[in-house]
Amino acid sequence: MDKCEDSQLYHPSIHQSSNPTIPFLVSWTRKHLLDIESLTADEIVTVLDTARAFKAVGERSIKKVPALRGKTVINLFVEPSTRTRISFELAEQRLSADIINFTAEASSLKKGETLKDTARNLEALNADFIVIRHSASGAPHFLSRVLNSSIINAGDGAHEHPTQALLDTFTIRERKGQIRGLKVTILGDILYSRVARSDIWALTKLGAEVTLCGPSTLVPRAFEQMGCRVTHNVDEAVREADIINLLRIQHERQRKSMFPSLNEYSSLFGLNAARLANTKPNALIMHPGPINRGVEIDSAIADCDRSLILEQVTNGLAVRMAVLFLVNGGKGPQEVAAG
Amino acid sequence: MPEAALILNSQAIQRALARIAHEIVERNEVSGEIALVGIQRGGVPMAHRLSTLLSGIWGQPVPTGALDVSMHRDDLDRRVAPNVQPTVLPFDVNGKTVVLVDDVLFSGRTIRAAMDALNDFGRPKCIELAVLVDRGHRELPIKADFVGKNLPTALNENVHVRLSESGGVDEVVLQRMD
Repeated sequence: MDKCEDSQLYHPSIHQSSNPTIPFLVSWTRKHLLDIESLTADEIVTVLDTARAFKAVGERSIKKVPALRGKTVINLFVEPSTRTRISFELAEQRLSADIINFTAEASSLKKGETLKDTARNLEALNADFIVIRHSASGAPHFLSRVLNSSIINAGDGAHEHPTQALLDTFTIRERKGQIRGLKVTILGDILYSRVARSDIWALTKLGAEVTLCGPSTLVPRAFEQMGCRVTHNVDEAVREADIINLLRIQHERQRKSMFPSLNEYSSLFGLNAARLANTKPNALIMHPGPINRGVEIDSAIADCDRSLILEQVTNGLAVRMAVLFLVNGGKGPQEVAAG
Repeated sequence: MPEAALILNSQAIQRALARIAHEIVERNEVSGEIALVGIQRGGVPMAHRLSTLLSGIWGQPVPTGALDVSMHRDDLDRRVAPNVQPTVLPFDVNGKTVVLVDDVLFSGRTIRAAMDALNDFGRPKCIELAVLVDRGHRELPIKADFVGKNLPTALNENVHVRLSESGGVDEVVLQRMD
């Protein structure tokens, strides 16, 4: 849906079929959000559509709704995070949930408790949702097998970061109208990036053509198996792109240096004015943050009007509200008797 | 197919809406203070029809909006999450007499949610309720101010209000679910 259609959708005189004999499409029945890989395109679209309504809530003077009133959410951030944790926290508060924040620095995990024991202790507090960030891939999947709470993956190792991919696709769809047929280039450290993996799943499921680019040590050919193109020529990678999604060099996840220096990375792969001049004039720049100004992106480009970096932050809040709202759903029939 | 009975045809629906519009006029003398808010989804086309009728009577446009109540429902953790529809209130609800509009009044829980949702936008002077069909079985102390048709029903029956805005013809049908 393009921007123009979007505004029509919000116009009160345009409304969808109200024929109650056609049951609403039951498009989200999951209890957890563990990854993008296992979602269908319809499920992804359901999250994006729901997020649009929650974005509107954020623009009101009263930005809070009672959807999760009385529910308890535990933010279990075993790996440090600032923006994702703050975004989830605010999303939970705007849904009226009760929140407990649990970070690795000041926790029993430092005293040798296993993840399972920590999580079971948290669940014994009757947590309804656990939002987990963990350095081990698969940690959220593990918790979903041993706990009764709804589990939301806020990033697991280099595996997936599903809410980031959902907010990225939301942002692209909002600005470009649709995902299908778009050329999206993801540039940077793909190998260690859970954002890249989730983005690739989400974008390819919705019909985008994804190109990966970066140093050959960080962008192995093996990613072609995920249905995207791999190139190590940055000028070629950005030339035809509708969206250029830059990724941060993940210092913390690299066992040893995969390229000689940040300066060399910047000159060979950083998005600078000269490279930007050779892109489509309506190509948009994204970055999941935190940005390293002067490394993967020139400072001026990060602040230019083609940069969606701050919109991504705003949309992340709406997407996380939508995810919490959807996984809160029960097992009963969706169609609500009128009245 | 379960058996279905036609309760209101197109003319009967239009007559009922015209009568409701006149009742709204009778109850509310100052036309500038009225706003109509249709509840997603069935109430939205009905609110727009009432808006047209009222504009004709008063000779001035009547502010009309759409309200989604999904986020304020009391059964969110019992059912699959609802498909959230847009909320659009292109006017300030503070001080207005808001007429909530829905197609069918049943348990009253949707109206309870709608009043909560509306309060997030301000403090109306007064909230009134207009429905095309009141099928009974209230679970909350809620009553409509304007009713197109009172229709006693059994719990295993469904009332379908179809308006031509969503394709097809205007009709209200009672269907037994077996």
